[in-house]
Amino acid sequence: MLDRAQVLHVARLARLELDDDEVQRMAAELSHVLDHIEKIRELDLDGVAPTSHVVDIVNRLRADEPMPCFPPEVALAAAPEPLRTAAGTGFGVPSPLADESP
Amino acid sequence: MTELIDLTAAQAARGVQTGEIGAAELFEAYRRRAAGEELNAFLWVADSPAAGGSPADRPLGGVPLAVKDLFCTEGVPSQAGSRILEGYRPPYTATVVAKLTAAGAPLLGKTNQDEFAMGSSNENSGYGAVLNPWDRGRVPGGSSGGSAAAVAAGLAPWAIGTDTGGSIRQPAALCGIVGLKPTYGACSRYGMIAFASSLDQAGPLTRDVTDAALLFRHMVGHDPCDSTSVEFPGQVALPVAEDLRGIRLGVPEELTGDAGGVQSGVRESFEATLNLAEGLGASVEPCRLPHAPHALSAYYLIAPAEASANLARYDGVRYGLRVDGDADLITMYSRTRARGFGPEVKRRIMLGTYALSSGYYDAYYGTAQKVRTKISEDFRVAFEQFDFIATPTSPWTAFELGSKTDDPLAMYFNDFCTVPMSLAGIPAISIPSGLSEGLPVGFHLAGPAFSESRLLDVAYALERAIGFDGRVART
Repeated sequence: MLDRAQVLHVARLARLELDDDEVQRMAAELSHVLDHIEKIRELDLDGVAPTSHVVDIVNRLRADEPMPCFPPEVALAAAPEPLRTAAGTGFGVPSPLADESP
Repeated sequence: MTELIDLTAAQAARGVQTGEIGAAELFEAYRRRAAGEELNAFLWVADSPAAGGSPADRPLGGVPLAVKDLFCTEGVPSQAGSRILEGYRPPYTATVVAKLTAAGAPLLGKTNQDEFAMGSSNENSGYGAVLNPWDRGRVPGGSSGGSAAAVAAGLAPWAIGTDTGGSIRQPAALCGIVGLKPTYGACSRYGMIAFASSLDQAGPLTRDVTDAALLFRHMVGHDPCDSTSVEFPGQVALPVAEDLRGIRLGVPEELTGDAGGVQSGVRESFEATLNLAEGLGASVEPCRLPHAPHALSAYYLIAPAEASANLARYDGVRYGLRVDGDADLITMYSRTRARGFGPEVKRRIMLGTYALSSGYYDAYYGTAQKVRTKISEDFRVAFEQFDFIATPTSPWTAFELGSKTDDPLAMYFNDFCTVPMSLAGIPAISIPSGLSEGLPVGFHLAGPAFSESRLLDVAYALERAIGFDGRVART
């Protein structure tokens, strides 16, 4: 059973702002789903290896050679805040420092 | 024009190749139907086929293709059914789309879907629900609901979608068409907007099994841009089987008993199809998949966990929506995601983040990964005795719009019969097996990894014996 504090903690980890209604609904819905999912914890899985991937491939590396890539203008075309300054081009973001006013 | 629409994609391709049909005329016939449709199946329709090459000389003969929104298509809206990607036009094209275009199937349009492929009814689309052409008060299934509805209604000759836990097979079943989920790794995932990377696979949604084989043949192969893709062993064969002599079908009691809540009409159609299979010379015996009932639980931990990581990229920085860009960085992230994602996507991100969070990782995600191992082992054992496993595709026929939206867990049970194969990475196909109260029922067959050619062959023999008629949905 998830309580309000847990929902808010997970929402913060997920970078998801939830309003009060959503917090309440999420607590009830996730608890309901988890109640069902919990049943797998009753299985005897001692010594069973986990599967993260079904393809029988370990690592597949290409030759470490330069390959063509998008020019900056193409990569920036869909950006909400493309930056084109004398210092170069890039993705604009707000300040990561919460208290710093713009 | 009606004549063109009545042809299967393979027949239309042959018509173009022999000069009986003009490729431009074929494209225009479908373009007009797609542009004027009333099911909300398309989110974007092309004005004309992209230039290049003579369709008559290519294996797919200029037969236009509907493509699920989440496949990146250069310069064309690719939004994965989400408002957070509204208007996004990617700078490159997904490998499978590029391969099919090169083989002679021009892009007809982009089809509606559940947001980021999360859903079983298409009601989670940021662009509105899709209506089922058999009954417009009902859902087409999901998440590839637009692709399935478009093919069933004759708005497109054929389509591609993606399947993570049933998202090709279940809508194919609910719309009365054929849907193939290939072996994991058979088709490149490059350019598919990711949901759960260890499960996502592209596949065909078509009017019949021959069309599925023809389209799938040109989708497979290793792609240097997807390191989990592998070379398909040999060429995909076009189906020819006339009987099923020597074929051993296993029917798992865990997926066909009462646990999944299979409707009586679905059960009747399933059993009638098994009788047809026996009549064609197949043996039908019960088999065991002891861990299959736990597949749904494992899936709803693994898929959301992978989704919570994949969807971290929607942060208002490189593409898509940005909200409150004047606030600090974390607030901008959180508000962009709050506004851009719909309720089901938020639910899965929360579930996945919780399952991966400190203190819960082993109990949830780690346990689910172990269950995944046991499910693969169950199939390996079953395939020592049986060639293919048969179940209904979905426990239900198409349900009424809005009837399951209030209970996420009930909605998840749509995937009861399809997720075990997804977790094991094995191929499975849904073919229409008949009608129950006027609505299509899907018959689901699964085989060992890379058994697609044989699987399609068996499905083809059954298809001919069933003689399903989907024309009524194409009016």
